[in-house]
Amino acid sequence: MNTVMLRRSRGMLVLALLAFAGLASAIMPKEFHSTEEAERYRALSHEIRCVMCQNQSLADSPAGIADDLRYELLARMREGYSDEQIRDWFAARYGDFVLYRPRFNPTTWALWIGPFVVLAAGIWGLVAVIRRQRPLPTVRPEPEDR
Amino acid sequence: MLAELGNFAMLLALLLATALTVFPLVGAQRGNVAWMRLARPLAYGQTLLIAISYVLLTWVFVQHDLSVAYVANNSHHLLPLVYKISGVWGAHEGSLLLWVLILAVWISAVARFSRDLPLPVVARVLAVMGFVSVGFLSFTAFTSNPFERLLPAAAVGQDLNPLLQDPGLIFHPPLLYAGYVGFAVAFGFAVAALLDGRVDAQWVRWSRPWTNVAWGFLTLGILLGSYWAYYELGWGGWWFWDPVENASFMPWLAGLALIHSQAVSEKRGSFHAWTLLLAIAAFSLSLLGAFLVRSGVLTSVHAFATDPQRGMYILAFLAVVVGGSLALYALRAPKNEGKPFVASSRETLLLANNLLMTAATIMILLGTLYPLLIDALGLGQISVGAPFFGVLFTLLMTPVVLLIPFGPLSRWGHEENMPLLLRLMLPWFVLSLIVLVLVLLFWPNGTLRTAAGFAGGLWVLAGVGVYLWRRLKVQRQNLTAENVGMVLAHAGLGVFVVGVLVLESTQIQRDVAARPGMSFEVRGYSFEFVGVEERMGPNFVSDFGTVRVSRDGELVATLHPEKRHYKAGGQVMTEASYDPGIFRDVYVALGDPLDANRTEWAVRLYVKPFIRWIWIGALLMAIGSFVVAFDRRFRRRVSEAEAVPAASRGAPA
Amino acid sequence: MISRWLPFGVFAAIALLLGVGVIMNAGRTQVEIVSPLIGRPAPDFALPDFAKPSQIVRQSDLRGQPYLLNVWASWCASCRIEHPVITDLALSGRITVIGYNYKDERAAAERWLRQLGNPYHRIVVDETGRSAIDWGIYGTPETFLVDAEGIVRWKHVGPISPQTVERELLPLLDAIGAGR
Repeated sequence: MNTVMLRRSRGMLVLALLAFAGLASAIMPKEFHSTEEAERYRALSHEIRCVMCQNQSLADSPAGIADDLRYELLARMREGYSDEQIRDWFAARYGDFVLYRPRFNPTTWALWIGPFVVLAAGIWGLVAVIRRQRPLPTVRPEPEDR
Repeated sequence: MLAELGNFAMLLALLLATALTVFPLVGAQRGNVAWMRLARPLAYGQTLLIAISYVLLTWVFVQHDLSVAYVANNSHHLLPLVYKISGVWGAHEGSLLLWVLILAVWISAVARFSRDLPLPVVARVLAVMGFVSVGFLSFTAFTSNPFERLLPAAAVGQDLNPLLQDPGLIFHPPLLYAGYVGFAVAFGFAVAALLDGRVDAQWVRWSRPWTNVAWGFLTLGILLGSYWAYYELGWGGWWFWDPVENASFMPWLAGLALIHSQAVSEKRGSFHAWTLLLAIAAFSLSLLGAFLVRSGVLTSVHAFATDPQRGMYILAFLAVVVGGSLALYALRAPKNEGKPFVASSRETLLLANNLLMTAATIMILLGTLYPLLIDALGLGQISVGAPFFGVLFTLLMTPVVLLIPFGPLSRWGHEENMPLLLRLMLPWFVLSLIVLVLVLLFWPNGTLRTAAGFAGGLWVLAGVGVYLWRRLKVQRQNLTAENVGMVLAHAGLGVFVVGVLVLESTQIQRDVAARPGMSFEVRGYSFEFVGVEERMGPNFVSDFGTVRVSRDGELVATLHPEKRHYKAGGQVMTEASYDPGIFRDVYVALGDPLDANRTEWAVRLYVKPFIRWIWIGALLMAIGSFVVAFDRRFRRRVSEAEAVPAASRGAPA
Repeated sequence: MISRWLPFGVFAAIALLLGVGVIMNAGRTQVEIVSPLIGRPAPDFALPDFAKPSQIVRQSDLRGQPYLLNVWASWCASCRIEHPVITDLALSGRITVIGYNYKDERAAAERWLRQLGNPYHRIVVDETGRSAIDWGIYGTPETFLVDAEGIVRWKHVGPISPQTVERELLPLLDAIGAGR
């Protein structure tokens, strides 16, 4: 992305890398063997987080390290790694932090299942509310919609 | 001098806001008419002072007074005038003053247009809104003062962030704030009602147009932010599920639920507890958003400068306002009464809508805060991004899309003639399935998502069409503004569904290394790279590229992607170039030179089908909401007799 | 129906979390990634020795005694700031300090070392930065503590201050029995 945004955080670390990255941009021509490969690369590069940025994916980041990591991503793809193996590869080096798709493990059960629990509770509540409604007087139905 | 004057005006406004909070509220509790009567003049006075303060800040900015720290940090003498004016809200301190100003305008509007409401109600509402104003004014004045002096004065300004030097960014914050802050009206009414101990359809009817207008502004603000990100950031994205984006999306969803819940409350006298809670939630989420953006708690490209002191201040304010109102709710929320309804009535569908929107809001809140939670618990560091939010949001919205045609078609309270409704929609259901299969088989590069997009959009639009046909032709009734607004908004959703799904499943991008004269083919479009030359702008030097796009041999567009190097701060900005179209955008972004002679350049080419449908859909939703607000019904004087019996009175239907 | 106090309770929990968050993040401008390598064997590498580029140094060569791996580069401003601290550590003899020259230019690195002094027992050179990725390195300066068995015990991102040495590193050195 633009080096502009990185300016906001004045950490030394960022400046250090910026000095190296210079005017690096996220646009890096690569020769793909097929459109499927290009598409898979695009999808995966959006899933992996740039370790050096303020919340950007590998696809969008101009940082030098992101460039290196994109190279590694393509290399792993061409070595025959599956998507899950690639995620494991990155997580082994940078931690789960680097995955935008959170893993499904005891730590993240609340995250993945929580919304459905809320939904289920809501549906249960909805049904309870409907059941509790007192019976309607038998009157002519009111004039249609206002 | 002027800066000090501006500061003084702001402090005076704080004084008035404090008075506005105390006197009318106490007056309402005690029945002291004189004190209640103070509410309006205090409201107007406060607004005037804040306006003066804001104008002075703008003046100081335009005059480029480098002895004011805020100007020195965010402006530059080469900055074009329009950006000197909009730059006032470009950073933390100034944007807070804008927030406060917009709140003051809303407060005055409520004061002005509430003639036919009982004085105690008006007094309480204005007092509550005044309290919010106190919070923000004091925050601004004491921790983030835009009038602070910088002595000795800076020699050169640090320039406005180049990302903000753009027309889209001029309007994005004010629209967004108009939305966030507008929810304070419904919030004020909710708290006033809770304080009063009486929840009345009268206040719901009164606050409905305000909520609709606020939500409309918020929709426009988010839309503009998305559109700006698309054309400005250079990689063609329109939504990133970034924490700050989520911070604006949550109040939007809550506001959507609120709008629908208010409709039920007003017409049926039921769901009052839900409506109150949603009114509190919508504004609370707005405040939470303000906190997230300014406290440094979450990592985001979007965040303002971080400062724990400021973070704690806002958090404390949040705790008082939200905690206080929720405690009030727990103590005084009314029981759900009102006209009864059966399972297959409109009420059920709207309850289901509430439920799904709430679940979605909670999901987004959970995802946004989860990394922080895990970190705080010492369980490690994780990230939650688009793969999570996108999947879950789609899952939760699918029932909404499926059910939406039935909402307007069903009746209040009574059992709808379900077989009739199903028969009405069945042909369209079948047609949608046919479209699904056809698209899957024949649409170039189409996937199941593409097919779902078309089928879903058709289904929603069919629902709207059937509603119109039934109402106009079969029942021979006219459409009220409320009906028209609803039609527009729901149609907007249909359009949006098509846009999102078709775009995300069929868009294509290619990065190429281009020399002058080279051509590249993407999806039937031929991109000819002509070259890059250097050009001068008012405060930047630009690498000005030219790319000719043709299709079937005919020139479609000449695009000029740029890379701008800003002189003041040395930042580099990508200015992508695109050719808009109803059915596709063709988009080009310029990267870096790949060789020392600057003849070979990295260029990114995109074809984005149906992307405009996303924003057109959102625009329709916003317009629909505004149209609803102007229904004559809301402008008629509401008499006690006419209002649906209050929850506390339990009169027969 | 819904417990009236549920919304309040949920909000209270969120506010608490946010309060903790504000305190935790005070002073932090960039997320510091906790390394997943802690407690795991140090990744292997095979990189040229700075002093004798024809000689390849492997991670396994360094086993047998604990060492500090300090990632630095001549273009890194913070590395200058921590240099005295690194030098002190090296001179104290408590721990061997290995330098990891990251994505640097040889001439510039040589100049840097001449200007500031060379505290390193040995320096390995990673010009491309590829091996660094195996270590989860993403910027400079970074410092790893590897024990005698080759297990990564500690990682610090950013310049090392005397306080960091005092509070974190020295106790750890004692724990793994390093130095006299």
